[in-house]
Amino acid sequence: MDLAFTPEEQKFAADVRAFVKANLPADVRDKVKNGKHLGRDDYMRWQQALGKKGWLVYTWPKKYGGPGFTPAERYIFENICAEEYAPGIIPFGTKMVGPVIYTFGSDEQKAKYLPAIRESTVWWCQGYSEPGSGSDLASLRTKAEKDGDHYIVNGSKTWNTMGHWADWIFCLVRTDSRTKPQEGISFLLIDMKTPGITVKPIIMMDGGHEVNEVFFDNVKVPLANLVGKENEGWTCAKFLLANERLGIAAVPQSKRGVEALKEIARAEQDNGRPLIENQGFAEKIADLEIQVTALEYTELRVLSQMAHGGQPGPEVSGLKIRGSEIQQRITELTMEAIGEYSAPYLPGLLWHGTNEAPVGPDYAHLAAPRYFNTRKTTIYGGSNEIQKGIISKMVLGL
Amino acid sequence: MDLSLSDEQKQLQDAAERFVRDKYTFENRRKIVATEKGFLPENWAQMAELGWLGMSFSEADGGYGGGPIETMIVMEQFGKGLVLEPFLPTVVLGGGMIASAGTAAQKEAQLAPMIEGKKQLAFAWLERQSRYNLADVSLKATKEGNGWSLSGHKGVVYNAPSADTVIVLARTSGGAREEKGLTLFLVDGKAKGLTRRDYPTQDALRASELTFDKVSVDTDAVLGTVDTAFPTVEEAVDRAIVALCAEATGCMDAINAATLEYIKTRKQFGVPIGKFQVLQHRMVDCFTNAQEARSMTLMASLKIDDKDAIVRRKAASRAKVQIGKSGKFCGQSAVQMHGGMGVTDELAVSHYFKRLTMIDLMFGNQQHHLTRYSAPCWTPSRSWRSPPSGPSATKWPARPSR
Amino acid sequence: MDLALKPEHKAFADEVRAFARATLSPATRAKSFSGKHYDRDDHMAWQQALGSKGWLAYTWPKKYGGPGWDVTQRFLFENVLAEEGAPRIIPFGPKMVGPVIYTFGSDEQKQRFLPGIRASTVSWCQGYSEPGAGSDLANLRTRAVRDGDHYVVNGQKTWTSYAHWADWIFCLVRTDTEAKPQQGISFLLIDMKTPGVTVRPIIMLDGAHAVNDVFLDNVRVPVANRIGKENEGWTCAKFLLANERLGIAEVPASKRGVRSLRELNDDPSLNEKIADIDLQVQALEMSELRALSTMALGGAPGPEVSTLKVRGSEIQQRIAELAMEAVGEYAAPYQPDLLFRDTNETPVGPDHAPPAAPRYFNMRKTSIYGGSTEVQKNIVSKAILGL
Ligand SMILES: Cc1cc2nc3c(=O)[nH]c(=O)nc-3n(C[C@H](O)[C@H](O)[C@H](O)COP(=O)(O)OP(=O)(O)OC[C@H]3O[C@@H](n4cnc5c(N)ncnc54)[C@H](O)[C@@H]3O)c2cc1C
Ligand SMILES: Cc1cc2nc3c(=O)[nH]c(=O)nc-3n(C[C@H](O)[C@H](O)[C@H](O)COP(=O)(O)OP(=O)(O)OC[C@H]3O[C@@H](n4cnc5c(N)ncnc54)[C@H](O)[C@@H]3O)c2cc1C
Ligand SMILES: Cc1cc2nc3c(=O)[nH]c(=O)nc-3n(C[C@H](O)[C@H](O)[C@H](O)COP(=O)(O)OP(=O)(O)OC[C@H]3O[C@@H](n4cnc5c(N)ncnc54)[C@H](O)[C@@H]3O)c2cc1C
Repeated sequence: MDLAFTPEEQKFAADVRAFVKANLPADVRDKVKNGKHLGRDDYMRWQQALGKKGWLVYTWPKKYGGPGFTPAERYIFENICAEEYAPGIIPFGTKMVGPVIYTFGSDEQKAKYLPAIRESTVWWCQGYSEPGSGSDLASLRTKAEKDGDHYIVNGSKTWNTMGHWADWIFCLVRTDSRTKPQEGISFLLIDMKTPGITVKPIIMMDGGHEVNEVFFDNVKVPLANLVGKENEGWTCAKFLLANERLGIAAVPQSKRGVEALKEIARAEQDNGRPLIENQGFAEKIADLEIQVTALEYTELRVLSQMAHGGQPGPEVSGLKIRGSEIQQRITELTMEAIGEYSAPYLPGLLWHGTNEAPVGPDYAHLAAPRYFNTRKTTIYGGSNEIQKGIISKMVLGL
Repeated sequence: MDLSLSDEQKQLQDAAERFVRDKYTFENRRKIVATEKGFLPENWAQMAELGWLGMSFSEADGGYGGGPIETMIVMEQFGKGLVLEPFLPTVVLGGGMIASAGTAAQKEAQLAPMIEGKKQLAFAWLERQSRYNLADVSLKATKEGNGWSLSGHKGVVYNAPSADTVIVLARTSGGAREEKGLTLFLVDGKAKGLTRRDYPTQDALRASELTFDKVSVDTDAVLGTVDTAFPTVEEAVDRAIVALCAEATGCMDAINAATLEYIKTRKQFGVPIGKFQVLQHRMVDCFTNAQEARSMTLMASLKIDDKDAIVRRKAASRAKVQIGKSGKFCGQSAVQMHGGMGVTDELAVSHYFKRLTMIDLMFGNQQHHLTRYSAPCWTPSRSWRSPPSGPSATKWPARPSR
Repeated sequence: MDLALKPEHKAFADEVRAFARATLSPATRAKSFSGKHYDRDDHMAWQQALGSKGWLAYTWPKKYGGPGWDVTQRFLFENVLAEEGAPRIIPFGPKMVGPVIYTFGSDEQKQRFLPGIRASTVSWCQGYSEPGAGSDLANLRTRAVRDGDHYVVNGQKTWTSYAHWADWIFCLVRTDTEAKPQQGISFLLIDMKTPGVTVRPIIMLDGAHAVNDVFLDNVRVPVANRIGKENEGWTCAKFLLANERLGIAEVPASKRGVRSLRELNDDPSLNEKIADIDLQVQALEMSELRALSTMALGGAPGPEVSTLKVRGSEIQQRIAELAMEAVGEYAAPYQPDLLFRDTNETPVGPDHAPPAAPRYFNMRKTSIYGGSTEVQKNIVSKAILGL
C-alpha cells in the first residue's frame, strides 16, 4: 500500500499535463474555467485531440484500442484534465455504448462503431428513459417489430441528453411484450438521420436546452444494429448502468469546483473582508472539502480493487450518491457566496455567448442556474433513492 | 393569547385567495412574465381598489390601520401564486419607510398616490461589496448648493424598471460600514444622471443596476434626517423580511401540495411512487418544515411591531433562518420527488423552487441571520414573561370607501 | 390575533411560580438543573404536593376533579414549572390511564381509581410493549383467559418504565386469538402485588435503571378491572397514544435545556449551534400553541400532533448532544455514583460534565418510545397526507 506516485507515474503526469496544455483549445479552456456552457464543437475539438493521442477511450482495454492505463494512471489522467480545465468527456460513446459494443457486440459491429467512438467523429446519445419509464426502466414500451431484415421502431424516449447534437442513439426497445418485463428488451443502435425520428427540446428550469424528447415513428433499423441477442438487452443495460455509476461521482470536477468556490469566496466581500475569512462560511467550505476527499479515497479503493481483477459491483452506487450530493453542495455554496448578485438572470450571456456585460462579476450570473441545473445529478443515471434501493438489496441483503 | 384570525382578516384571506386563483393560474403567470413590465398594471389597480396597498398604514397616513398580520395574510397568498406585482418593494419597503420617516409633504406626494396605485417605489441599498450588511454603503451624497448630489452604484434594485420614485440609501458622512452617516433620498426614477440597466431575475421578477452620475436632488428629497437613516432602514428591512417569510410560507404550501399530488399519481413499478416509504417520510418532513415555517412567520408577524428593537430584530432573524432552512428542504425535496420533471421549466415546482431559493438570498440568508440572531449582545428572549404589545385585530375595509 | 397575556393569566403564572418556589424541594430542583436522575421520592413528594393543590391532573375536565384550565393556563403551568426546575409529571397515571378511565371506564372504576391518580398516592406504569410487539403493537401476545369472574393472565411485557416503582400496571392483553389482531385486545388494570407478577430491571446504555421486563405468570385479575368492553381495548390504546404524543414534545423542558446550554457554554464557536436549536424549540412551541389554539376552539388533537412528537424528540436529542459538545473531553469520565446516588464524590471537570454523555446516550430513547419517529411518519403519511 502506498499513496506516493512512482517516478514512472510522475513522468506520466507530466506528459498528460504537457499534452493538455498543448492541445486543449484556449477558448474551450476559458469556457470551462469560467464555468460557461460548452457547444458541441467545443467538446468535439477536445475529444478529437484526445482521440488522436489514443487517450479518449482511456478506460478501454488495449485490445480495443484503449491505452491500457493502470488505475493510478487513470486517476492521474482524470485529475490533470480537470485541473487543466478540460471539459468532461461526454460519456455516451466512450463510457457507455463503446464498452457495451466491445463486450456484447459482433466483430462486424466492433469494426464498424469502435473507431469512430475512439476518435470522436460520431456523437452518441442514450435512449433509455421514457415518459412512463424512469426509475422503472424495465417497464419501457418503445416497440421494435421484426419486418424482414429490419426492425420497425415506434414509441418515444425522453430526457435524452444532447440528443439534438447526436449522430447515433443507443436504445432499449421492447421486442417481446409477453414475457417478464426484463426479458423482452433488446439493445439497438439507431442512426439519428433515419426517417421517422423527431427530436423535441425540453427546457430545463435554468432556461437551458440540454435534454430532449425523441419520437420514433415507424423507424426502420437494420437487424444488424442489434447488439447482443434479441430479448437480452437488459444484460447490456445493467452492465452499462454499473459503468455509468462509477464515472458519475465526478470527483476531479468537484475538486476543481471547490477550488473555483474558494476563489469566489476570496473575491467576495463580507464586512470589508474577503468572505473566505468569515468563519461560518470557511467551515462550510472545509466541510465540503473533507467530503470530497472522503469520496476520492473511496473511489481510489474501488479502483484498486478493480486493478486486482474485480468488476465494479453495486457498491459503486454509493459513489454516485455522495458524488451527486457533493456536486449539488458546491453549486449551493457558490451561489451562497455570491449572495444577491446571483439574482440577475442573463440568458444572452448564459446561453448565447453574447457580448452583454455581466451584472456584478462575470461568475455571478452562472451561479444560480448552475445550482438549479445540478439538481439533476441526484435524479439521472438512477436516482439516489433507486441507488440506495440497489445497495440495500445487493450489498446489505435486505 | 389568541392565534385565530378576526372576521375581517378572514375576509381578507378569502379575497387574496380568490385573487390568486383567478389571476394566477400557472399558464396565466407565464403570460404575465412575458409582458414588458413583468407584471400587470390592471392587477396592481385591482390591489389598490381592494385596499391592499394601504391596509398596513395608519389612518393618519391615509391607510386603513392594519398591520403585519394583514401583510402576512396577503403575502402568503401571493406566495401560493408566485404573484409578480411589486408589492414588497413598493408597499412594504418603500411605503413603510416613507410612513415611518417621511414628512407630511412627502407622504402627501409619495404615499397617498402609492396607496391609490398611481405610484410605484423601489428601494436601492445593495452595492457590490455590501453582501448582507445594510450599512456597507458607499454611494456618496454630497452637499451641493441648496440640495445634494448623488454619485455611485446600486445593484439588484427590485422593481426599479417600473418605479416612479427610487429610495436611495447613500453615505453622507462617516467611514465604510459605519451606521452613522447614512441618509435616505427620494429620487425620481427619471432623474437626470440616473441610468438603469434592467434585467429579469432568476425567479422572473424585474430589477436593475443603477448608476448615479451627479444626480441632483433638493433638500426636501431627504427622507428622515441626514446621517441617521440606519434605524429606519433596518426596521423597514426587518418588516420586509417578515413579509418575505409569509410569501415563502405560501410557496411551501403550494410546492408541497403539488408534490403530494404528483407522488400520488405518478406510477413506477406498478404503484404510485407515494407508496415508497422514503418518499412518504420525506413528504412528511416537508409538511413538518412548512408547519415550522408558518409558526415562525406568525410569531415574527406578531412581534415585529414591538417597541423593543431587539425583540423585533430577533423575530425577523428567527423567521428568516427558519424560512431559509424549510424553503431549501421543501424546494429541493419537491424537485427530487418529481424526478426528471422536477428539473424542467414545464411544471410549477421548479418555479416555486427558484423563488424559495432567491428568498433565502434576499436581505441575508440563513447563515447571516443565524449569526445575527446569536449575537452575544442580545439577551435571550423571554417570550411570555415580558409579553410584547402585539397588534390586535384591526379593521380595514374589504373595499375602500373612497 | 395576539401573543400577549391577559392580566388574569399573568396573575395565574405568578401563582404557579410562587407555589413551585414554596413547595419544590431544593434538592429535587438542583437535580433538574444538573441533569442528575431523580429518585422515586423526588417524583412522589412533588406530585403529591401538586395533588393536594388539585393541580396534578391539570388536563382533566372539572367533572373528574381537574382544575378546568384553559389552554393558556395549561401552557403557562407547564412552562413555569419547567423553569422552576420541577421534575416532569410521570404521565402514566394522570396523562394516560386517568383519561382512559374517565373516558371509557364504569362509574365504579372512576370512583375507585381516579382519586388515587389525582393525589398521586398510587403510581402507575404502562404495559403495552412486548418482546415481539414494539412498533407492531397489535401483534401482542400476552394472553388473558376468562376463568369465572377473573382473567388468568400469562405473558411478558417489556420496556415498562418505572414498573419497579409502580403499584399498578395498565396492560393490553389478548382476549381473542381468532379475530384480526386489533380486534382481540382488552385493556386491563393489574395490581402489581398480585401473585405471579415479577419485575426484572433492564439497564440502559447510560447505566440507569428506568425500564423493566414484567413477567405475568398465571396472574389472576378480576374481570371488574377491565376498562371498556372485552376485545375493544384497541380503542383505548389508540386514544391514549394520541394523548401521549402531545405531551411528549416536551417543549418546556427543552426551553430549560436551551437556557442551561447558554449558561454553561463558554465556547463561542457553539453560539450559532445553540441559537439554531433555540430557534427550533421556538418553532416547535409556536406550532404547539397553534395546535392548542385549535383545540381551544373545540378541535381534538388529531394525528398531526405526531409531527410535534417527532420534532420534539429530535430537539431533546440535539440539546443533549450540544451539552456534551460544550463539555468536550470532560464528557468522557464515567461517574455513576454522581449520576444515580447522592454521594459527595467530586466531579472530574466542571459540575455539569458527568451527566452530559450519559444524558446524550439516554436521550436516544426519545425517538424510539411512544411510537418511533419512523412509525409516527408512517401515521402522518397515511392519516394526513393520504399516501
Ligand atoms: C438532466 C437529465 C438528463 C438525463 N439524461 C438522460 C439520457 O441521456 N438518457 C436517458 O435515457 N435518460 C436520461 N435521463 C433520465 C433519468 O435517468 C431519469 O430521470 C431517472 O431515471 C428518473 O426517472 P424519472 O425522471 O421518470 O423519475 P421517477 O422514476 O418518476 O421518480 C420520481 C421520484 O420517485 C422516486 N422513486 C421512484 N421509484 C422509487 C422506488 N422504488 N423507491 C424509492 N423512490 C422511488 C425517484 O427517486 C424520484 O425521486 C436524464 C434525466 C435528467 C433529469
Ligand atoms: C458516467 C456518466 C454518466 C452521465 N450521465 C449523464 C446523464 O444521464 N445525463 C446528463 O445530462 N449528463 C450525464 N453525464 C454528464 C455529466 O454529468 C456532465 O454533464 C458533464 O460532466 C459535463 O458537465 P458540466 O460541464 O456542467 O460540468 P463540469 O464542468 O464537468 O463540472 C462538474 C462540477 O464541478 C463544478 N464546477 C466546475 N466549474 C465550476 C465553476 N467555475 N464554478 C463553480 N463550480 C464549478 C460544478 O459544480 C459541476 O457540477 C454523465 C457523465 C458521466 C461521467
Ligand atoms: C426508554 C424506553 C421506555 C419505554 N417505556 C415503555 C413503557 O413504559 N411501556 C411500554 O409499553 N413501552 C415502553 N417502551 C417501548 C416503546 O414504545 C417501544 O420501544 C417502541 O414502540 C419501539 O418498539 P421496539 O423497541 O420493539 O422497536 P421495533 O419495533 O423492533 O423497531 C426497530 C426499528 O424499526 C423501525 N420500524 C419498525 N416498524 C417500522 C415500519 N413499519 N416502518 C419503518 N420503520 C419501522 C423502528 O422505527 C425502529 O427504528 C419504552 C421504550 C424505551 C426505549
